[in-house]
Amino acid sequence: MNDFRNQDPALLRGMTQRRLGRRDAFRLAGMSAAGLALAACGVQGKRVAQPTSSAQAQSAVQQYWSGKVKNGHVDFANWPLYMDPKQPELKQFTQATGITVTYSEVIQENASWFAKIQPLLAAGQSINYDLMVVTNGIQFSQLVELGYLVPLDHGKLPNFAANAGPRYKSEAFDPGNVYSVPWTSGMTGIAYNPKYIDTPPTSYAAMWDPKYKGKVGMMADSQEIGNFAMFLLGIDPEKSTPADWEKAAAKLKEQRDAGIVRKYYDQSYVDPLSKGDIWMCQAWSGDIFQKNVSDGTDLKFVIPDEGATIWTDNMMIPKTAANPVDAITLMDFFYDPKVAASLAEYINYVTPVPAAQALIKQDADAASGDDKKTLTEVADSPLVFPSEADYAKLRSYRNFKNTDEQKQYENIFQAITTA
Amino acid sequence: MRTLRARLTPYALIFPGGLWLAIFFVVPTLVMLSLSLQSGNVVDGFAFTFNWHSYVDGVTTYHDQIVRSLLYGLTATVVQIVIGFPVAYWIAFKGGARKSVYLFLVLLPFLVSFVLRTISWQFLLSDNGILFGPLKDIGLLPQDFRVLATPYAVIGGLSYNFLPFMILPMYVALERIDPRLLEAAQDLYASRAQTFLRVVLPLSLPGVFAGVLMTFVPATSDYVNSSVLGGTNTTMIGNVIQNQFLVNQDYPVASALSFTLMALLLIGIFVYARALGTEDVLEVAAR
Repeated sequence: MNDFRNQDPALLRGMTQRRLGRRDAFRLAGMSAAGLALAACGVQGKRVAQPTSSAQAQSAVQQYWSGKVKNGHVDFANWPLYMDPKQPELKQFTQATGITVTYSEVIQENASWFAKIQPLLAAGQSINYDLMVVTNGIQFSQLVELGYLVPLDHGKLPNFAANAGPRYKSEAFDPGNVYSVPWTSGMTGIAYNPKYIDTPPTSYAAMWDPKYKGKVGMMADSQEIGNFAMFLLGIDPEKSTPADWEKAAAKLKEQRDAGIVRKYYDQSYVDPLSKGDIWMCQAWSGDIFQKNVSDGTDLKFVIPDEGATIWTDNMMIPKTAANPVDAITLMDFFYDPKVAASLAEYINYVTPVPAAQALIKQDADAASGDDKKTLTEVADSPLVFPSEADYAKLRSYRNFKNTDEQKQYENIFQAITTA
Repeated sequence: MRTLRARLTPYALIFPGGLWLAIFFVVPTLVMLSLSLQSGNVVDGFAFTFNWHSYVDGVTTYHDQIVRSLLYGLTATVVQIVIGFPVAYWIAFKGGARKSVYLFLVLLPFLVSFVLRTISWQFLLSDNGILFGPLKDIGLLPQDFRVLATPYAVIGGLSYNFLPFMILPMYVALERIDPRLLEAAQDLYASRAQTFLRVVLPLSLPGVFAGVLMTFVPATSDYVNSSVLGGTNTTMIGNVIQNQFLVNQDYPVASALSFTLMALLLIGIFVYARALGTEDVLEVAAR
């Protein structure tokens, strides 16, 4: 063995220490400059102050809308299954106003839609849509907080003032409809395929039944999935606490680990349900009705005894919209009871225009055969025109106080869906 | 004048590609590196705080998904070698005049969009679909049999989608083998198995290496197959990153996970290159 003490100390130093040559020094300097540049590229905080008085709100409206004119076109971003593919309402609109509409079914999920438009809106760039539909909930609050929405000029919304149901004029998430008016509401309940399921499920417990192992579909959305477990546990989601979320997550984990859940779906649950890949799943009320009408399937939808959540999808104008006047004109057009009735007849979601019910009944009386049956069903359906007793069973989404609380909620439930 | 031009030519040749990489690879990578060390949220903004916790949080929370992705990627790569090598061998040595036709057939699936190809598997493998429906009806398969929404479907999808990337480089390596080498082996009384093991296989290894590089890396970080064909407990790290970026907008954790994955893959590749013992393997693979 060589004794290292006998060796040339310079060699030892050379092997163990890093010598800083001139080149290295330059390199290091360059790297720290790059580091500084990187440090500077943090994303700025963008929260905007909300108007505190009605006078302030009023002036914000005037400031925005002054000088805005009709351009003759509007780009409308909506969800799939939210309009007859033939778009009769939009054709009517173009006939009546001369404004053309490009209708795109580009929104699949609130969170991913928000993530897509947020960087553009933050940079003050157009998102290429003048009107969009977002559900009340986390992303809706963020759009408001970040000042990404146009304050609506209610002088341009006479139909809304005249025809919207009182419930839809006083929604907790947007009091006074400052930024939004409802497109439709809907419930999240259980859909099932009667070909495979003999006893209709009446309780959320059915989705935890081991006999449906591998045949249950749940949603990937953390609010929807959390709500189901909370209803099962007898917790009101709207008033739930972080401790409740943990309990709900444990219940969902149990369901997943027992192999009962086949998959966590986005909007794509309808096809596997009709093909028999899943027998039962979380679903939105109108989707199943539309699938049955368009493809002749015989799927069923139930609101379980424990209750269900009702949500509202809202029309709003992003602040970078190129055609806001055309967009608000279209918004108001949907509050014409005739238009609302024709829309509800097709999509079978809760319409914010109660007067539509009488018009659908009229249409039913005038129709015959299958059409008559379908229209009568729509007019009497608690899924389109819920009674006060129905509303009493329905709960809202949990509103989050701040982003930390929301993040906590999402982390708890995404640990279930992205395992 | 001529010497100046001769000296500038190489730079002129590399300039477009270098600029392209600088703008579209180096800059975004540095931005991501910065993002991975920031903290904050979308509403209040993000700030650079040397927040190493994103790495710790990301790896501890998504440890399972990272391991699973590496396993799926590795399995898919092995499946592709097993399926692809005989195909490449056959085209190279027995393809005859129609070699280019067979190669075109290998590439044919690429003419269909990646996502569409994966979704078509959904129809094919559907529980009561065209494949399993009849088999279940005649009692060959139990009623609750399924492939969709299992790891098998995800690995199958990965193997299928990246297979041409495996076959092509192996074909190139095999095609370059001088037939006279095989004749020489036979002249020296090597059996067919010996010829294969001692001549063909070693000479084809650079192609296999290139194939592994081109399939293992994208397969490990893929998210389409898992989200279309997977079910519960099949989430890959690509899905997590996609979810963190495009759903949660937790940019720091998403970037930190991307870098962790990149580091793991690089380490894996270098260990593999060393283990294979061919030092010029990257050079050969690049041909």
